[in-house]
Parts: sequence; C-alpha cells; structure tokens
Amino acid sequence: MTTLAPDTTFLKRLGRFMRDNPVIPLILLLIVLIGILEFMRPGIVNERWLGNTVKFAIPLAMLAACQTLTMLTGGIDLSAGIVATITSFVMATLVPVYGPTGAILLSLIPAILMGLANGIGVAFARVHPLIMTLGTGLIGTGCLQVYQRFVIATGSEVPEFLAWLGTGRTWGFPNALVLFIPFAILILWGQRRTGFGRLLYALGSNERAAKLSGVRAWQVYMALYVLSALIAGIAGLLYVGLIKAPSLSLANPLMLPSIAAAVVGGTSIFGGRGGYAGTIVGALILTVLGTLLTLLQMPEGARRILFGLIILFVTALYVRLTDQR
Amino acid sequence: MNEANSAPAVLDAQGVAKRFGAVSALTDASLTVRAGEVVALMGANGAGKSTFVKILTGALRPDGGHVRIKGRDSTVGNPADARKSGLVPIYQEPSLIPDLDVADNLRLGNTPVEPFLRWVEELGIEGLRLDDMIGDLPLATLRILDLARALAVEPDVLLLDEMTAALPTNLVEQVLRVVRQQADAGRSVIFISHRFAEIAQLCDRATILRDGGTVADLPIEPGIEEKIVELMLGAALERGHIVTSEGQPAHATGRTPRLAVSGLSSGPKLRDVGFDLFPGEVLGVVALEGQGQDELFDVLSGFRRADGGTVRIDGQEASFRHPADAIAKGLTYVPGNRAEALLMERSVRENIALPLLARIRHWGPIRMRDEAARVGEAIDKLQIDTRAQGEVQRLSGGNQQKVTIGRWIATGVETLLLFDPTRGIDVRTKRQIYPLVRELAERGAAILYYTSELDEVQLACDRAIVIFNGRVVDVVDAAHADEQTLMRAAYGLTEQDRAEAVS
Repeated sequence: MTTLAPDTTFLKRLGRFMRDNPVIPLILLLIVLIGILEFMRPGIVNERWLGNTVKFAIPLAMLAACQTLTMLTGGIDLSAGIVATITSFVMATLVPVYGPTGAILLSLIPAILMGLANGIGVAFARVHPLIMTLGTGLIGTGCLQVYQRFVIATGSEVPEFLAWLGTGRTWGFPNALVLFIPFAILILWGQRRTGFGRLLYALGSNERAAKLSGVRAWQVYMALYVLSALIAGIAGLLYVGLIKAPSLSLANPLMLPSIAAAVVGGTSIFGGRGGYAGTIVGALILTVLGTLLTLLQMPEGARRILFGLIILFVTALYVRLTDQR
Repeated sequence: MNEANSAPAVLDAQGVAKRFGAVSALTDASLTVRAGEVVALMGANGAGKSTFVKILTGALRPDGGHVRIKGRDSTVGNPADARKSGLVPIYQEPSLIPDLDVADNLRLGNTPVEPFLRWVEELGIEGLRLDDMIGDLPLATLRILDLARALAVEPDVLLLDEMTAALPTNLVEQVLRVVRQQADAGRSVIFISHRFAEIAQLCDRATILRDGGTVADLPIEPGIEEKIVELMLGAALERGHIVTSEGQPAHATGRTPRLAVSGLSSGPKLRDVGFDLFPGEVLGVVALEGQGQDELFDVLSGFRRADGGTVRIDGQEASFRHPADAIAKGLTYVPGNRAEALLMERSVRENIALPLLARIRHWGPIRMRDEAARVGEAIDKLQIDTRAQGEVQRLSGGNQQKVTIGRWIATGVETLLLFDPTRGIDVRTKRQIYPLVRELAERGAAILYYTSELDEVQLACDRAIVIFNGRVVDVVDAAHADEQTLMRAAYGLTEQDRAEAVS
C-alpha cells in the first residue's frame, strides 16, 4: 500500500468498493441527476413528479428484467419489447369476446410460445441469442399484423383493472408498485438464493464448467427464455394499462432503453456479472435522464445525441471503475 | 555420417535461456545441426522442449544465448524471419486454414504448386485436388500436406514436431523415408518424437534436454535408449515418501471393480484401453503427451462418446451422453486446466456448491445453512485459503485447484477422475493433495489419477497403468513404479522388449 501513489490506491479502493456494492454509485448518480433537475426547474421534484417517474420506470424496469436475466447467461432478449406489444394487443382485442380474466390468460399464450421458440433456438440449435430473439421478434411482429386484420371488427378495450394498475395512485403511491414490489423481491431473491438463479450466473461465467458440474444447459436456457417472455408479457399488460391505447408498436420504443437500463445497472453483456438491483436503479436513471433532456428544450435530434452520449459515458466509466484489478 | 560431423553447423543454438516471470523455462539449452544430419531433440515433460522449439522457430525471443542459422543471427522473435532464414517448422497441429481450399492455402504461404504436388505424390497421398477444401480432408492427409508444403520451399532446416503422431503406419514409413532422403541430399532435420523406434531408424544424433538445459548430445547407436531415458530423468532419483497401503491391495480382493473399462476407443488417439479400478484404490495413469489420455478422461467424464469398448460401473454397463450422466453414476471429474472447471468471477462458495444445484429438482430455494455447512466442510478439509473468496480468479493456482476438488468433496466422492491435479501448483499444495487423495481412497473412493510427473505415482497411487499410442502397455505396482521403469514403459520400450522376447 505504501509504495502505491495515493490516488491509485484511492481509485483501487473505490473500484473494489463499487465492485462489492455496485448499486451505491448508481444511486449516487441518480441523486445527482435529480439534483440537477431540481436546480434547473426549482420545485419540479415533488410527490407528483416522483410518482410519475416511478410509474414510467416500472414497465421499463420489468422489460429490463428480461435483459438482465438473459444477459447473466451471456445472452440477450431482443424479442422482449415485441412480446410485450403482442401480449397487450392480443389481450385488448380479446376483452370484448372473453372478458378481462380470460383475455389476460389467453394473451400470455403467444408470449409463452415465443419464449419456447427462443429457448429451443438457443438451447438446441445453438443460435446466438441476439440473432434468435431478433428473428422471433420479427416473426412475431409479422404475425401480429396478420392477426390485426382478423380482429379489426371486434375493436379493443383495456380492462379497468389494468388501467387502475397502470395509472392509478393510492395515498400518493402509484398502484403499479402493487405488482412491481413483489416482482422485484422475487427476482432479487431468486437470482441469489435459488438454484436456478445461481445457474444463470454459472452458465454466463463458464458454460463448460457448469456442464462439468452436471448442469444440463438446455434445461436452464428453455426455462430462462420462457420466463423472460412471460415477464415481458406481464410488462406489456401493465404498460397498456398506463398508455391505455393498444397499438402494433406499443412497447417497441422501450426495447433499446431496457437493454441500456441493464447495462447502465452494471450487468455484463458477456455474462456472469451483475444483477437486478442495479437494473432497477438503471431504469430510474434513464427515466430521469429522459425528463431532464425534455426540459432542456433542445431539438429532438440533439436530445437523442446527448442521451446516447450520456449512456455511453456512464457505462464506460462504470466498467472502468468496477473492473479494476 | 563421419563426413557430416566435420561439416559446418547449419543451425547453431548455444546457451539459450528464457524466463517467464519467476519461472525459468530454459537455463542453458544448446543444439547444433550440421548439413545432412537428422538430430532428435528429446526431453521429458517440463524439460523446456516446447519453449526451446518456439525460440528456434522465432515465435519467442530468448533472454540469453544465441541462435544462428547458416551463421546469421536469428533470435528475432518473428516466425516469418526465421522461415526466411531457412528453418521451416511443421507442428503437431496442421497449420492450414480449414475454410480455404488447397490452392488458396498454397497461395497464402507463397508455396510453389508444382513441387508441392510432386511431394504430395511422393509421400503417398493420391487423388488430391487443388480445389479440395482443407476442412474436408482427414487429419493424417493434412499433416502430409503440411510436410509437402514445407518441402516444396526447399528449406535448409526442417523441424518436425511429433510429425508421426496419429499417422497410419504406411504413411509413417513414407515420411521417414522422405525425411531421410532430405538429409542424404545435404539438408538438416530436427526431429521431435516420443517413439524410440523411429528415432533409431532415422536419426544420427540425439540432443537431450533436462530442467531447461542440454545435458547430452549423443550419436544414435543400438542400445542407446536406456542411456537416453537415464539422461532425461537425471541422476536425482531421490525418493519421496512412498505410500504403502496396509493389508491386501484393493485390486487383489476379488471384489467387483467400481470402474471396469475394456477395449475403449475414441477418435484417432484412444485406441484400446482397458483397466479395473477398485473401491479404495488410487490407480495412476502415466502417458506422454497426446497418447490418448485426454480422450480417456473425456469419455469417462461424459464429454465425449466412445467409438468402441465398454465401461462398467459396479458391474453395470454404462454409457454417458452428458457429464450429468457420469455424475449420476458417481464419476466426477477434475480437469487439468482449471480455467475449464471454475467460474472465475464467482465466489468460492458458488463454485463449490455448483454441483449441488445442477439437477432441476434443486432449482428452487437454496437451503443456505445446509449449503454453508457443506461448503465449509470442504473448505476446512482442503485448507482452502479463503481470504480472497469473493472471486475465484483472485486465488492462487493451488487454491483454485483445491476448489475444483472441493466441489466433489461437498457432494460426496465415489469415483474421482483426477487429470494432472498438481499441474502448475506450488509444492506445499502438492504435499496437501497427496494425503487427501489417499484419505479419500481409504474411505472407499476409487480414484483414477493421471499425472505428468512420474514421481507422483509412488507418492499417491497403488498401481499405475501406462498408456502409449492409445493402448495400455504396462501395469506397474507402486512399489516397483520408480521413474525409470515408468519412463521406459511410457516410451513404449517395455513393450518392445516383450515383442523381442516373443520373437
């Protein structure tokens, strides 16, 4: 220690600290962003604003759960946004025929099918998840367009319950938390304290070592991609409750931000590292950043450039700080 | 041959030294090859042979000494320059690009086509077309193409590294004939092989490496094999603590073997291996590099399918499609390469607990206390240093190896397949591993123990089988398994004796 220059030691210690507690620097960043926002527009940060931010961050955080879980194994789920869109659209068009409960249950069937297709492609055909989920996503989009022609006459309807969940508040808290808090606890607990969660890390860290220990990777991949599609489907149902207008591209704009949320949150796209806690904060950071850029009153193009640059900067810095050996 | 000895040296390497960090790979290696000579370069595992070859071919730059080819300094650290100066190496792995056809590969290396085709024919390969894809050709053909490609540029020095391994006999004959012709035409050849028969047939001299230095340079004459084996081992045949199991040896009790293998073959290297491994026994496996031991362990651990032969576990025939099948039958594997076995970014605990979670019915909630107890027990037993347990990659090599073994101790050991478990780890850890292996055996485990360090057979094993050229050539009791006996057997000399005794 004494031979090292003090700043290296400090950086190393900081890096070590962040590696062991990766969420803390992210929370600090989030607080800084909120501070900037309050500085730019004093008074904007109030109960109502917080509620709105959380409300919009939740569907993003749920889609980012799909990315986090698949990224832990070194994969990715590019079909998640489309699965969310399909589920919400199918549900909305089925409500007039089957009623809310039936429609919700039926609408999860296409999600499960797409998850199965992804799982089979990744586990057995050994297609790279990036390509596999891109492909099923495109196929899904096409099928949805065909489906739309058949149901054009039935009309669509978003059940009251979902609207309540998506937009409502109780004592100032968004109702979406009723769904999200148990969900987040389940994922956070599951990733560390269940055999399945540990195997995700194991496969992403070293698939051969996992195989050598008796893990049948295909079982894990099948379960993982079906789970990811189910989460995406539920996120879609929640999101349509928030937007209240089912469309053929409802959740698609959330797709790339969901990947960014997982990466900003410290999950490695190469697998084996990261976790859902960071992703939740990542989703909040992206949502706040979105508000911040809207307030800057810049042209749309410049706003997007800035958004991209900030994401790259944060990720690069974070990787540098935490990957120091 | 006598005239050749007075000829000037074509390749002259003197006092070559190389360090990797704290490890001295070469201290004082020398090799001289004159025009018209075939020189065998020999050395046991870890003698520094491959480092020396890399320096000769320019892939590594030496820290000391010099390499001269035709009088010109050639310690350039650049394979292309070494090639230009006239030394052309042919390695064990073919250096042709599988996704290109023959003609494109020749163009890449600026190989003249006419002489190449002439050599291909001369070496006994028929019906080769220039538009054949390299990836579609059999391995043996590729090695011949590599040789033909080298011969076509008329090199001054040809370096053949295990050229004849895994070649069918008729091609070996052709290769040896052509190489001898080259030497007779005044070229020089460095020949690296584990097969004494070929060396005796082909070479004029042998240069022997031991512990990073050249210890002898001998002319090849009848009966020289014994001398070479002695030189490779060195005089320091000091004995470690020899294990003597009390009472009757496990293999003589007439019980059913835990693991009975017979006639096992897989791929070109593993041809016909059979042995019985009994509960309570540590069975050593001794072999030079690439004699089929990798394939043997891969088949037994479920990574590879056997082409032929049977594996019986407690008398029941078994075949494995996946490592999980082998584990279900109690066969657990510790590979030689630790990077293959560990989750480097994960903790010691997660690494050790991994097999406990593999089956679907263990995917649910982990019983953390139960797991902590099991992992803690394995850590205590192996004395794993847990100061850096957050990430396995921060541990020393010895501690990493303990983690891979500890993983199976936490689940309960029945049959343990150890592949060179002490490779590259410190002496202290080695001394902890031998008694551990013995203790596991005493408690009823059956252990198959491949080692590249011959003295370990007497330190840890009850018996040892020796594999040469994909076959078991000898079974030795630990009491008689001194390094010399093992080395002779590993080089196939015992078998040769027997063949002579019969004829």
